[in-house]
Amino acid sequence: MDFSVLLTDIPTLVFVIVGVPAVLVGYIVGAEYLVRRLPDKNRPQVRPWIWVGPAIVFVAGFLLIPAVGTLVQSLQDQHGNFVGLQNYADQLGGFPSGGAWIAIRNSIIVWLILYMILVLTFGLTMAVLFDRVGYETVVKSLIFMPMAISSVASGVIWKFMYWYQPADSPQTGTLNALVTFLRHDPVAWLQDQWPAGLAILNNLALITVATWGLTGFSMVILSAALKGIPGELLEAARVDGAGELTIFRRVIFPLMMPTVVVVGTTLVIFAIKVFDVPYVMTNGNFNTDVLALRMYNLLYLSHNNGAASAVAIVLLIAVVPVLVFNLRQFRAVEARR
Amino acid sequence: MSVATATRAESTAAPLSASWFAQLFQRFALHIAVILLTLVWLVPTLGLLVSSFRPGPDIISSGWWKALSPPFDFTLQNYSDMLDQSNMGAAIFNSFMVAIPSTVIPVTIAAFAAYAFAWMKFPGRDWIFLAFVGLLAVPLQLTFVPVLTFFVSHGIVPDNLTSLGLPPWIGLWLAHSGYGLPFSTYLLANFFRQLPSDLFESAEIDGAGTLTVFFRIIMPLSVPALASLVIFQFLWVWNDLLVALIYVGGAPDVAPLTVNLADLTNSLGQNYRLLTGAAFFSMIVPLVVFLSLQRYFVRGILAGSVKG
Repeated sequence: MDFSVLLTDIPTLVFVIVGVPAVLVGYIVGAEYLVRRLPDKNRPQVRPWIWVGPAIVFVAGFLLIPAVGTLVQSLQDQHGNFVGLQNYADQLGGFPSGGAWIAIRNSIIVWLILYMILVLTFGLTMAVLFDRVGYETVVKSLIFMPMAISSVASGVIWKFMYWYQPADSPQTGTLNALVTFLRHDPVAWLQDQWPAGLAILNNLALITVATWGLTGFSMVILSAALKGIPGELLEAARVDGAGELTIFRRVIFPLMMPTVVVVGTTLVIFAIKVFDVPYVMTNGNFNTDVLALRMYNLLYLSHNNGAASAVAIVLLIAVVPVLVFNLRQFRAVEARR
Repeated sequence: MSVATATRAESTAAPLSASWFAQLFQRFALHIAVILLTLVWLVPTLGLLVSSFRPGPDIISSGWWKALSPPFDFTLQNYSDMLDQSNMGAAIFNSFMVAIPSTVIPVTIAAFAAYAFAWMKFPGRDWIFLAFVGLLAVPLQLTFVPVLTFFVSHGIVPDNLTSLGLPPWIGLWLAHSGYGLPFSTYLLANFFRQLPSDLFESAEIDGAGTLTVFFRIIMPLSVPALASLVIFQFLWVWNDLLVALIYVGGAPDVAPLTVNLADLTNSLGQNYRLLTGAAFFSMIVPLVVFLSLQRYFVRGILAGSVKG
């Protein structure tokens, strides 16, 4: 391998490591210098905008204005002519299996609902079980580790788990080795659209990868909430003769509900935007398409900006409930401050 | 609140009514369940890790678990071939060049803004902050088409930037900065607001300017929050595939590890020997960061989701 690129690219390195921070610090020092030249009474009016200005410019330039642009483009064809809702009609017309419907079904039912249930169930189970063993720290780190690596790497890891060979050759994929050991024919996990046409199996295989990756996230947060439950409360329940399961159902779970909801809203956003795992594992083939992947393919393979924008707007509509919930939650917290 | 701390002492008490034997059985079942879950979670990574050190013919002819019994036949061939035959060596450099500015820019700008949101008064402050909170949930997909169109029409694309003698990733830096700002600002503003206000007041009475307060008081006090945020944003950018695909996906020689790894996955087909090494190569940096700075990483995640 060739590390000489590191040497030929020294100007870039300097630019990146010294230049970027220098520009940022230079901006604020320079701007403050100018503010101090202002008359006393004008300073408090100008100064906040110096500090908050760059953030507003970035957020407006890369999030707000483009979002409006996407809305406009979703009403246009490839040449920029206004076509009304034609793009939406193309995407949403072919119910139940044409247009974007496979992607919508997978994004909403498979990913949003099933995936969220799996991540929360595993996270909660682990948080409660791990809390009771002495080596909690170690097992939590191991479960959390997939959070640190990319979904692409997770995808590669699981491609090997799902590896499929025809029945008479040696199975090198872990799952198919297990399946054939149990005297079943090997399964093409990523291609098999069992039950016929519904394609639940291969979509479940994809969710498994993402669940494996994200359970650590929900476990860590739920575990923190669990530790916040006063020990005396559980002790009192035990003294009253409640079994561990009853304690979980009647004491622990209700007290953790607010945290479960917060984790859930975060998961909704993850689930709706999922892209990497389907992209790496099936590229949306075999009825495993999702909205984010469909949008990417419309943009890059079909060069159809209008259609891609329409799919992006569908994505936005799907997260609006979460967005509203977040804002309400935030305002409620602010009101208590 | 990290993975590495806080166990509650009284959590292990079993029901008083249970007999000694039932109690023992319960403890046993608990440990079995915990260990089983952890093993299930480990097997996928372990399988690929073991495979990545096996000779090519072995990978194709038998499962990775066969390598755990004698004869132990391990090799680094997959890694050296992968570095020779793929773009991964240059890609790790690209990943650093993408991730460092894409962390430094948004975190710094967010710190400036958070300071204003937390400690200055200006018209519309609360509404603007509310807008930042709302943007936390907005899918990035909503921005790709217009931003890409803008970049292309203004020459902010890798080829053109290179020919101007500029780093080819500038577009990607700017996009990641914009995308990372709502979360960064939200997290830091919440942290800054909790700092005691007498600190600033006494500093100002002593004649310290805004800059002095920011760099000498707020920044040093915020090291834990900044560390969490830096790690979070760095790993987010390092692991990102979609944003990189959109803005530099067409230029493999400037693309980061994730894009190259995804390309390899799609192009290698049956020859997945190289892929095993490539996957672990792409994980080295995140794993080192995670293992050494786990406490801050987890804290950042907690701060991001346990709102209020």
